Amino acid sequence: MQTKNKSNGHGETLTAKDFATDQDVRWCPGCGDYSILKQIQTILPSIKVPRENIVFISGIGCSSRFPYYMNTYGMHSIHGRAGAIVSGLKAVNPELDIWMITGDGDSLSIGGNHLIHLLRRNFNLNIVLFNNQIYGLTKGQYSPTSPKGQISKSTPFGSVDRPFNPITLALGSEGTFVARAIDRNPVHMREILSAAHDHKGASFIEIYQNCNVFNDGAFEEFTDKSLKDQNTLYLENGKPLLFDNDSKGIILEGFKPVIVDMDSYSPDDCWIHDEEDKIKASILAEFFDYTEERGKLPRPFGVFYKNQRNTYEQVFQDQIDLYRSKREADLDSLLSGNNFWEVK
Amino acid sequence: MRLTYENNSKYKAMKEPVDESRDEVVIHFAGDSGDGIQLTGGQFTETVELFGNDISTFPNFPAEIRAPIGTLAGVSGFQLKFGSVEVFTPGDRFDVLVVMNAAALKINLKNLKPGGIIIANTAGFDNKNLKLAKYIDGANPLIDHSLDNYQLHAIDITKMTREALKEFGLSVKEVDRCKNMFVLGYVYWMFSQTPDNTIKFIRNKFKKNTEIAEANIKALKTGYNFGDTNETFKTRFRIKAASLPKGKYRNINGNSALALALVAASHKNDLDLFYASYPITPASDILHELSRHKNFGVKTYQAEDEIAAACAAIGASFGGSLAVTGSSGPGIALKGEAIGLAVMLETPMVIINVQRGGPSTGLPTKTEQADLLQAVYGRNGEAPMPVLAASSPKDCFDVAYEACRIAVEHMTPVLVLSDGYVANGSEPWQFPESKDLKEFNIHRPKGDEFVDEQYLPYYRDENHVRPWVVPGMKGYTHRVGGLEKEEKTGNVSYDGNNHELMVKIRAEKIEKIADFIPQQEINRGETGADILILGWGSTFGAIETATKELIEEGLSVAHIHLKYLFPFPSNLGELLKSFDKVVVPEMNRGQLTKLIRDKFLIDAQSISKVKGLPFTVDEIKEQVLKFREYANQK
Ligand code: SF4
Repeated sequence: MQTKNKSNGHGETLTAKDFATDQDVRWCPGCGDYSILKQIQTILPSIKVPRENIVFISGIGCSSRFPYYMNTYGMHSIHGRAGAIVSGLKAVNPELDIWMITGDGDSLSIGGNHLIHLLRRNFNLNIVLFNNQIYGLTKGQYSPTSPKGQISKSTPFGSVDRPFNPITLALGSEGTFVARAIDRNPVHMREILSAAHDHKGASFIEIYQNCNVFNDGAFEEFTDKSLKDQNTLYLENGKPLLFDNDSKGIILEGFKPVIVDMDSYSPDDCWIHDEEDKIKASILAEFFDYTEERGKLPRPFGVFYKNQRNTYEQVFQDQIDLYRSKREADLDSLLSGNNFWEVK
Repeated sequence: MRLTYENNSKYKAMKEPVDESRDEVVIHFAGDSGDGIQLTGGQFTETVELFGNDISTFPNFPAEIRAPIGTLAGVSGFQLKFGSVEVFTPGDRFDVLVVMNAAALKINLKNLKPGGIIIANTAGFDNKNLKLAKYIDGANPLIDHSLDNYQLHAIDITKMTREALKEFGLSVKEVDRCKNMFVLGYVYWMFSQTPDNTIKFIRNKFKKNTEIAEANIKALKTGYNFGDTNETFKTRFRIKAASLPKGKYRNINGNSALALALVAASHKNDLDLFYASYPITPASDILHELSRHKNFGVKTYQAEDEIAAACAAIGASFGGSLAVTGSSGPGIALKGEAIGLAVMLETPMVIINVQRGGPSTGLPTKTEQADLLQAVYGRNGEAPMPVLAASSPKDCFDVAYEACRIAVEHMTPVLVLSDGYVANGSEPWQFPESKDLKEFNIHRPKGDEFVDEQYLPYYRDENHVRPWVVPGMKGYTHRVGGLEKEEKTGNVSYDGNNHELMVKIRAEKIEKIADFIPQQEINRGETGADILILGWGSTFGAIETATKELIEEGLSVAHIHLKYLFPFPSNLGELLKSFDKVVVPEMNRGQLTKLIRDKFLIDAQSISKVKGLPFTVDEIKEQVLKFREYANQK
């Protein structure tokens, strides 16, 4: 009964503006969310999906206001549950192009269970997790990604929790596309968003997003002009791991990543990024904590891991198609069952 | 005329008399979970149904999956009442108790009628079994005359089965598994029923293993023929066929009926069915049943938790499917926030609660009706939604089908209440033909929901119902959400006046459903009777039987059974006020009683039972009679 538009979208040429709604955007001025909204609106025309086949679904939090600003179908749901809602929607309607918008509180705390199962099932959709390391909408409590010691309204003496590393969580949940981007690097973010969309499976993108009201500067070391070069590592498939304007590289000694000076090494000596290597992706994901043993490593951005696996909705549908071809759907024989009798 | 069963499936006339005086008989089969009790009961049910009796059955499973053999905790039971008259319940007390071991006797003897028949497998009464059953000092009730008030048939079923099957070359374990067929054959003989249907069943079940099939058939026939040669058994019984309305029947349990209704509603109305659920007793069988019907395009989704199941259903509803989630009380509690979202979105969805004993984990395998207030009120904010309840296994079909209709036609979540008793109980069902099933009026946009070419998702018709628009429909892109929305546009609004208006609109939308459901009828008795027995859900059979008997005893009583609990049928208040006294038997502490008092200012009185077991007919009669005396004193 569904009225589905079969057009491939090539018929109409849309621009970023066509994806904006008449609603006033209500984020705080200067919030990193604006950049993410802009990049998504910018890439959507190029994905060539008719607007009515695109759906944005969010949970609760600052980031989750997102669907109201997108002129597509959308649902701003309840806290943590976007992952479950998109699963049901994609299961019944595989043609839809679904974007789940969520935050660190929404998907790593209250909705953690749904996120891991969503990744495990591998529905073909995009999960954009805005990580601002704080609860913004509820005015400033520490979140599951806040660093240990974070001073917040609920932790005036510093948080005692160890933070989640969303990338290792996504890899551990059998995610098939795991990437990181940052609000202040729009060009790179657009690349990653497009790559995520192109991937057939559940694409997980963690985006570092500055909450300038409650947690300003949380990602300063990756955005500040004087700091970012030495602290960030941009991953490119098939390319050596180089950073700090190619002056430094990373080599692997066994499973141990070591920073080397490129004056005495050639790029060929370096670790070559292979998106499909899950073991290496796991090591990269661990470029997160400072440890005595390996020192401070730069924070990677880009696609950590990408691999093809059957999508849930495909296998789900195939099973139905198989049984449909084997057995007629005759409602009357279902109602009567095999053991009926007649009273005359 | 007496018939006996011969090996060649023919019958020959016998001289002994057959007792045809009984209208109905209650049999209870009991033994270890491994004794094949459920299968035995199920086969007996099929056979008497084919013969034309009316029947009601109820299986009673132990709470533990594999409780130790021979223990009281491990006893599995199957009770049935069959008759030549209309049968509404599986019966209070049994005429015949079949026990495979001492524990089964120990647990069930108290419910056997005085003078009732006991068929006992003596092999299940050895010292070990007696001890496990906690018979003091291992006293054996089969020989110590404690059962003198009953008709005892102590048979070494194990030995006789082994003897009969010794040529088969099966292992002892395999042979012992056939002993339930010996019992069944014996009971068939006793009630003058043919074992033919069961023979057919066995041949089909063990298609791939003819040796096992023939062994079971031999055991069945041996049991049957043993009836003939057993001197102690003087009479056989025959329960005449009931005069059921003409038509085609099948046996159905409540959970299967629910599942079939969902498939039927989706198929008839060209909607894809999506059922999301998390395993929970006693609702899981709905998931099991639906997952078998993939040829109907049914999508079953075992979610990661209860909340996810409800939310996945919301996603599916947003995507245009007939979306259903099912659970039991604890799971419904978890789904509460999501159900509130469905209320707010005004999206169709059916939520099934197969109730069990509560609170908390409570009594998972026992029955109760204590989630009514949760169903009606159990959400944050003003979040009204329709609530329907099934009164018997076959009624589960009608109620679930109707719930789907209301959900789709009124764009709302609908809650269906069943319980462990109707879920697992079974009865004959005159199933409908697909052509007679109702078609739903699905609301799609008519084209007048636009302002300045902008689609208004909360533009409503005269019944406050908004259209069901699904992603993929061109020209209708819009956003919905859990935040309060502005009337018509659906845009987020924090305006107090708008909020009050929306709260009222959502409430009125649900109240208006009363105009689209049937008027309440009296199930039995007359308007203006002295006492009205008002019920809902699975108490139907017990109340109906009690009312029938009380009327036969000359009392002025009537029975009304509610299917629609929210909103109530529009004539209910007037109807209730015509009775002098309204009493409400419920397996809770008076939840419908509260709703009735609140809504109609009637001094309804509660008859409460919360023992994890259904009401017996006698319990209801006794309690009702108390109220009569009370009324007379005034
Ligand atoms: S509170 Fe923080 S995250 Fe939320 S909108 Fe304001 S700046 Fe952005």
